[in-house]
Amino acid sequence: MLLTVTTTHGPATDLGYLLVKHPGRAHAFDVSTGTAHVVFPEADEQRCTAALLLDVDPLRLKGRPDAFVLGRYVNDRPYAASSLLAAALSRVFRTALRGDSRDRPELAGTPIPLEIRVPVVRCRGGAALADALFAPLGWQVSAVVLPLDPDPASPLAGDSNYVDLTLTGTLRLADALNHLYVLLPVLDDAKHYWVAPDEIEKLLRAGEGWLADHPERHLIIRRYLAHRRALADSALARLPVDEAAEPDSVDDGPAEPKRPLNALRREAVLAALAQTGASRVLDLGCGQGALLGDLMRDRRYTEIVGTDVSSRALATAERRLRLDRLPERQRDRVQMWQSALTYRDDRLRGFDAAVLMEVIEHLDPERLPALEAAVFGHARPGAVVVTTPNVEFNARYEGLTGMRHPDHRFEWTRAQFQDWAHRVAAAHGYAVEFRGVGEDDPALGAPTQLALFTTRKESA
Amino acid sequence: MTAIAIPELALVALVGVSGSGKSTFARRHFAPTQVLSSDFFRGMVADDENDQSASAAAFDVLHYVAGKRLAAGRLTVVDATNLQPHARAGLVKVAREHDVLPVAIVLDVPESVAWERTEARPDRTFGRQVLTRMSRDLRRSLGRLGREGFRTVHVLRGADIDDATITYEKLFNDKRDVTGPFDIIGDVHGCRAELELLLERLGYELARDGAGRLVDAVHPEGRTAVFVGDLVDRGPDSPGVLRLVMGMVAAGHAICVPGNHENKLLRKLRGRDVQLTHGLPETLEQLGREDEAFTSEVAAFIDGLVSHYVLDGGRLVVAHAGLKEAYHGRASGRVRSFALYGETTGETDEYGLPVRYPWARDYRGSATVVYGHVPTPKPEWVNNTICIDTGCVFGGALTALRYPSKELVSVPAQREWYAPARPLVPEAAPRPADGLDLADVTGRRFLDYGYGRATIAAENSAAALEVMSRFAIDPELLVWLPPTMAPCSTSTLDGYLEHPASAFADLRAAGAGTVVCEEKHMGSRAVVLVGRDPARSAIWTRTGRPFFADPALNAALLDRVRAAAAGLFTELGVDRLLIDAELLPWSAKAGQLIRDQYAGVGAAARAALPAALSVLDAAAGRGLDVGALRDRFAARAADVAAYTAAYQAYVRPTTGLDGVTLAPFAILAGDGVSFAGRDHGWHLERADALVAADPQLFTPTRRMVVDLADPDAERAATDWWLELTGAGGEGMVVKPYAGLAATDAKGRLIQPGVKCRGREYLRIIYGPEYTRPDQLAALRDRNLGRKRSLALREHGLGLAALDRWAAGEATWRVHELVFAVLACESEPVDPRL
Repeated sequence: MLLTVTTTHGPATDLGYLLVKHPGRAHAFDVSTGTAHVVFPEADEQRCTAALLLDVDPLRLKGRPDAFVLGRYVNDRPYAASSLLAAALSRVFRTALRGDSRDRPELAGTPIPLEIRVPVVRCRGGAALADALFAPLGWQVSAVVLPLDPDPASPLAGDSNYVDLTLTGTLRLADALNHLYVLLPVLDDAKHYWVAPDEIEKLLRAGEGWLADHPERHLIIRRYLAHRRALADSALARLPVDEAAEPDSVDDGPAEPKRPLNALRREAVLAALAQTGASRVLDLGCGQGALLGDLMRDRRYTEIVGTDVSSRALATAERRLRLDRLPERQRDRVQMWQSALTYRDDRLRGFDAAVLMEVIEHLDPERLPALEAAVFGHARPGAVVVTTPNVEFNARYEGLTGMRHPDHRFEWTRAQFQDWAHRVAAAHGYAVEFRGVGEDDPALGAPTQLALFTTRKESA
Repeated sequence: MTAIAIPELALVALVGVSGSGKSTFARRHFAPTQVLSSDFFRGMVADDENDQSASAAAFDVLHYVAGKRLAAGRLTVVDATNLQPHARAGLVKVAREHDVLPVAIVLDVPESVAWERTEARPDRTFGRQVLTRMSRDLRRSLGRLGREGFRTVHVLRGADIDDATITYEKLFNDKRDVTGPFDIIGDVHGCRAELELLLERLGYELARDGAGRLVDAVHPEGRTAVFVGDLVDRGPDSPGVLRLVMGMVAAGHAICVPGNHENKLLRKLRGRDVQLTHGLPETLEQLGREDEAFTSEVAAFIDGLVSHYVLDGGRLVVAHAGLKEAYHGRASGRVRSFALYGETTGETDEYGLPVRYPWARDYRGSATVVYGHVPTPKPEWVNNTICIDTGCVFGGALTALRYPSKELVSVPAQREWYAPARPLVPEAAPRPADGLDLADVTGRRFLDYGYGRATIAAENSAAALEVMSRFAIDPELLVWLPPTMAPCSTSTLDGYLEHPASAFADLRAAGAGTVVCEEKHMGSRAVVLVGRDPARSAIWTRTGRPFFADPALNAALLDRVRAAAAGLFTELGVDRLLIDAELLPWSAKAGQLIRDQYAGVGAAARAALPAALSVLDAAAGRGLDVGALRDRFAARAADVAAYTAAYQAYVRPTTGLDGVTLAPFAILAGDGVSFAGRDHGWHLERADALVAADPQLFTPTRRMVVDLADPDAERAATDWWLELTGAGGEGMVVKPYAGLAATDAKGRLIQPGVKCRGREYLRIIYGPEYTRPDQLAALRDRNLGRKRSLALREHGLGLAALDRWAAGEATWRVHELVFAVLACESEPVDPRL
């Protein structure tokens, strides 16, 4: 990975003094991820270029948490500019980053014409993001997207996530280097090391004088601090800025739009549960435990069991509900079990009621009979509350193509849901009634549909 | 000398005062692990064997351990004073909970002797009055042990204590040494004529007495008939059936367990007041025509019947109404009652008959259970159990199960002899849902699957559960998952991490004489279950997911496979085939992965390295000493070009199924038959037949058979591999020619194959520049042991799953193995191997 810094400020070879690297020699430094080389491909009075070339040793890279299991071995880290290059930059050009210069102290404090080129930088958010990050700092930005495949006829043809970035402007060299130090990892949106609280100090130091007023500071801070919310909040709080002055303009990936539907749905489920008079309840597919929290706050529920097929979700729920800190008497009301709704589970028998809130649509339709047998046939709670999206209402969501969640296997119309529910109720001896949750559109119905199954009274 | 006989499985309570010699007695007659001593458990919970305040806790633990031992069928001896009724009640309870017989052995020594011994022990500090109280308790106990539930009570006094010997009695129901073969015959209910016909059909020679009445039947091949009970009532000739069966049992030609009807008849014959219903009056009337002596013989015969038998080394259990696993080989009132009546829910149905709990649905035992009691139109296997009462007396049929062949033989009823209270369960009634239990797959699991044993860690099961239940296809169809495959041993040849020479050496060491080298297709693994019936077909990935996200694509692909497989269905005489294949090109399934991961890295590298080179060239032009660095970067640029070519080779345009092909390489099984025993020549011939039937859909697998004793053949195969991989091929898989189930000289399963991947291909696994000498040197240090053991375990589990599926076993039996394969995949193993 490569970065070049060029100046035309005469005498241009003074760049060597500012960087504390002699243009007449090739410099090499051992850094934690390989060897950093500094060479000057051109160096005369009119124009001087310093190149920082990081020769990454892939065997020294630690594994990244990544869904792609081979990502540790097949990755762009040796080629694209990233936090590795930023770390090398701060190690090799430490004095220049501080704005110090023993030989040219005045020049170090003077804006000079600079051209910076990073031939390959991964840019999560596209070329526009490079512009949004650098332009407010006084740079003229050229970000050329690299093609994914050299052959335009290949099935792999198209844009890659990489840009060839050129920045031109008249700035102090120290500012330029600090911009790169912070913003290269931000563009890349990944860090090669664990982000600890001392990163806040590094960020605030490197961002001094420009970060506080940067329109994209939220995004910069969040990404620089590896999306660790607590760190980002603490960094933001320490920025000398009037938060109310500007709106948050970030567009950092698809953020979950704030919909009160989640809350409405939980309210509706709780109301239905209350109606059944249940005190021992199951939350089947409890996920991260939002409903469990509501149930725990309600004393009428004496035994609450949350199940999920994902042990990770259960661990998150336990943490979020702070189960380990509850007093024993409270703690004893709640249990979390890993279970799968396509298998019969004896532990789930004999409860007063069960909730399947936004669960069934995460199961392939062919597996629904297994769920029906396991829940309605085997576990046989006294009542079952089921919620699922009403696909008719999707027409109201602007720009929604496909389903509401990428993992939804189906979304039903009201008629489809009611057909299913009636069939299940008949097969397993339940009565069923329906209601909508959320705004009731006269033509399309409510966004969420709810079915309440209750066991028929035994006919004597 | 006194011989004490105790059952092989029992809870033995030693009873005696302190100092009566219980521990000495226990040491002399039992293994140390069989003896649970209260002193020991007091020490365990309180660090002091004599701390009486710890007794409650100590007995809790003792009872717990005793329970575990009895559940596992192990004789257990309790060394405690056991002088208090409440202490003994605890032991009787534990015994009953596990349906074993409680036995008491009382050591009755004079108080003076006991006191002498007590005084000699420094740790016993209680006074004489305590011992006196104990002696009084013992006197009181002697008379009441039998009433408390102890089946046998042995009282030893004086010299008998030292001279006694212990002998073990088999339980009456233990006929494990009787190995058959058997013909197990369903409920006869007085249908003598049909029984006669059935026995003849089974090959028995009938013997009659002077009056022409049947008194015996002998099979010339020494087969044994087994009657599941309900010989009598409702039918026309219960005495005739009894006479024959009694004769056969007496002659050792048959075994018989009682049914509820025999039980009721016996109670009637003994003068009890029983309701004259369900065909009993007919039997009484028929017996009335026999002489008194016969009736008392009948009573004695029924009285001697044992409620269930464990046969054939424990592999077969026969009981009238079936028997759940925990009761096999046990003796108690509830075991007998289960065997006679089954488990009922306490409710009655609309015809007034008891509603039965479907115990067979939950049965998970390894023994085959054969029973009758509930008439069904057609015997069906449920979890290794089968009911063979086909309602002969109600006009159905009399059925026998031949064991071990499991063939069903039946003769139709001559007429309806008795009108059923409720219709036989109609054939159209839905079978009880053969659903899966969470307990079948989760937690730490120990599997003995015939080819080996595996322990599946609970966390791996937990991880697999999510994949299986959220993403995989219906377990009913997911009958096999491909095992992971180990690479060949690491090559030391210059520039190579894997090389055919290592692969051949591996196979030679494993004892394979001849191997087949199969071209390794670079695509996505696809397992195809294709049936003549589209509804029972599926295509899935190596983790059990539907192959394509779009069901229509899967269906269209299966339609084409079905059409091409028509010839194979006929040739192999099956309706379904399970085919192991690779779907090509790689990009058809992995397109997004290639774009996001591989092509991205290529794009970045192709831009970065030339830029670096031009900087270095300019620096060199200025006279800087960067020559070595420049050479390195030039070499890296070449590596990256090779890497790009490597992944590009596996990308081809596809739309829907256009451009998609399947490369089959093994025909794993059909319904009813596993082909794991066939050699790879056979498999590839069938694969070729598919290619011939639809050359557009199927891609042939190039192969070369190599005799490992022939260096020329090895050389030719190496050249072939170099050629394949030089042209962008992934490499080859070297398999023992003998087939999937190939074993070594000791009969142990060997690796079904090792992969030998091409030098260029490995760039997409180990990184674009892995061939750099420094990287290669580091990579050679890879450890294959874990991968190999995982591959072998998954392979064995898979073979067992094929066997079980082919044998038509219950879904959970197949699923537990398939699930285990998936769980194994959660083991942390270097993903590059």
